[in-house]
Amino acid sequence: MGAAEPPGDWVAALRGGGAEQDAAVAQLHGALLRVARSELNRRQGQLNVSGPELDDLAHQAAADAMLAIVAKLDRFRGESKFTTWAYKFVMFEVSSKVGRHYWRTPPIALTAEDWDRLPDRFGFDPAGASERRDFVRAVRQAVDDDLTEHQRRIFIALVVDGVPLDALAERLGTSRNAIYKTMFDTRRKLRASLVADGYLDDEAVRRP
Amino acid sequence: MSGWSAFERFLRTDPADVGCGGTMEVMDVYAELAVADRPAAAARYPGVAAHLRNCDPCAEDLEGLMTVIRANGHGPGGI
Repeated sequence: MGAAEPPGDWVAALRGGGAEQDAAVAQLHGALLRVARSELNRRQGQLNVSGPELDDLAHQAAADAMLAIVAKLDRFRGESKFTTWAYKFVMFEVSSKVGRHYWRTPPIALTAEDWDRLPDRFGFDPAGASERRDFVRAVRQAVDDDLTEHQRRIFIALVVDGVPLDALAERLGTSRNAIYKTMFDTRRKLRASLVADGYLDDEAVRRP
Repeated sequence: MSGWSAFERFLRTDPADVGCGGTMEVMDVYAELAVADRPAAAARYPGVAAHLRNCDPCAEDLEGLMTVIRANGHGPGGI
């Protein structure tokens, strides 16, 4: 016996009630789970799990995606296929699970604040001790002088310590969007500060 | 590009950037367009394209969604 045909109208089927709704929910859940498994496998380099643990993450992502889909069904406007719209929630949930998983074995503590790593993140020559030192001094000064405490915390976690954005959002109990917005403002502030201090100009980089 | 140049590039912001929220809202539409023609998707949604250049997590989600679309074929309502 082959797989059941997908509903012609997913939204109606998911709202329909009775056996039709049950069938649509089961069918969609099966599809979300397959996509979650596939996406977690694609991102396996960001995780250090496999087998049943990976499958457990897939089940969590599929279940949470289903909750989001049902809650937001009114917002599906038919501009994409329903399944594409639904699968994007799997992507968001997989990202969230990967972010949460990061803290099980974090490579660095959130409070590490290891400024010596910063030059490597931007490809400074390991042998250029003087330039590396000047860079750290200039950025650190701008961070200390011009950022709010919240901006400073986000900058250090993401840029100095290299914590993934979704992992930081999970740890701080906030959203990816909120962290990104903070970093957006932080980048603008730091740029203005480093331009004002003569380290950068608008078009090209000028050495101090 | 490395050193100060890389850092300067990292600090650049694009006023057109719609942020993660704006990108997530249309990611399904953008992904379907991008599978067929990525430059056309960027042209239709320049603010999303600006965001994707600077936000690795959103770019990763888009890549995942495009991978699923390519792998699952098409057809209205198809899984």
